[in-house]
Amino acid sequence: MSDFRTPLARVRGLGSAKSGTGHFIAQRVSAIALVVLMPLFLIKLAKNAGAGYAEAAAWVGSPLGAILTLLAMTAALYHMRLGLQVVIEDYIYRPATKAALLILNTFVAAGLWIAVLYSVLALAR
Amino acid sequence: MVQLTLPKNSQVKKGKAWPKPEGAENTRTFKVYRYDPDTGENPRWDTYQVDMDRCGPMVLDALFFIKNEIDSTLAFRRSCREGICGSCSMNIGGRNTIACTAAIDDYKGSVTISPLPHQPVIKDLIPDLTNFYAQLTSIKPYLQTTTPTPQGEWRQSIEDREKLDGLYECILCASCSTACPSYWWNSDKYLGPAALLQAYRWIADSRDEATGERLDDLEDPFKLYRCHTIMNCTNVCPKGLNPAKAIGHIKELLVERQG
Repeated sequence: MSDFRTPLARVRGLGSAKSGTGHFIAQRVSAIALVVLMPLFLIKLAKNAGAGYAEAAAWVGSPLGAILTLLAMTAALYHMRLGLQVVIEDYIYRPATKAALLILNTFVAAGLWIAVLYSVLALAR
Repeated sequence: MVQLTLPKNSQVKKGKAWPKPEGAENTRTFKVYRYDPDTGENPRWDTYQVDMDRCGPMVLDALFFIKNEIDSTLAFRRSCREGICGSCSMNIGGRNTIACTAAIDDYKGSVTISPLPHQPVIKDLIPDLTNFYAQLTSIKPYLQTTTPTPQGEWRQSIEDREKLDGLYECILCASCSTACPSYWWNSDKYLGPAALLQAYRWIADSRDEATGERLDDLEDPFKLYRCHTIMNCTNVCPKGLNPAKAIGHIKELLVERQG
């Protein structure tokens, strides 16, 4: 199909979505959260390395352990969901494929988050 | 648009090795991208020996030597030959820059010259920048006011004028935009560093009354937010400007007006 639109019409396209700043802020705020939470979480994990199931479960179930795990995993999965969205938008051009992957991205992140939530709550005392 | 397969006829073949100019002793080798749309053949790399004793110091001088003395069919854009018009932008030694201010001595061995990357090639070193110019037009690169024009002139303080330093010097050579991977993938929707630097030049102008509308037009996941701060733009700018910083300022203002 020939495209007789002028170059300016093509560039203007559908116009501005007047959004994107919320995503930009969310990505940075979750990044700041991760800078604080991830080292704490990883240090705790490293300290528990080699511990048996009972000890690990006891830590994850403790108030501090449960809250730290949930905060770290929530921030990480939220940040992952936002970041992967950008990667998909960058590289996937076919509208149908793009839409399918964006939906899958949300579903996987949400699924993982619910799994983390359930696991930690199941161990919480 | 991401396209992972090369279009037909885009593979660059080995081209012609042109003989050394007669009597030349001090020569440098230039490997130049050649494409002729009339033949329908694949592009090719031609190599030329430039007599440095009869050639000026800049890469543009070497291109002139090739065109005047060796092969008059070589096509390239140029105008001012002093870094102010932005016509002779091309990829030299793997980096986008303008040929007139690129010293041959700064390149080791043979000098490779190709058109600005990821744009349609019209011929040889001439890219089709239609989309690039349309993007510039789309950001309305001129003063917009509602207040009736004053008798004299729109006044601006020295401090406010200084805010345009590092922005107004842009010569629109397209080196930055065509060096940006995000622009390579999505130049149909992402405005690219050059147009965004120009957009900020008018946002930052104290005399302009359309700041809000300008920000409205840019607030878009693709038009602006495809910038991932890769900073190739700043790295290659032959005028030493910082488009990445200008884009950062636009994002700052968009965050600021959220409340």
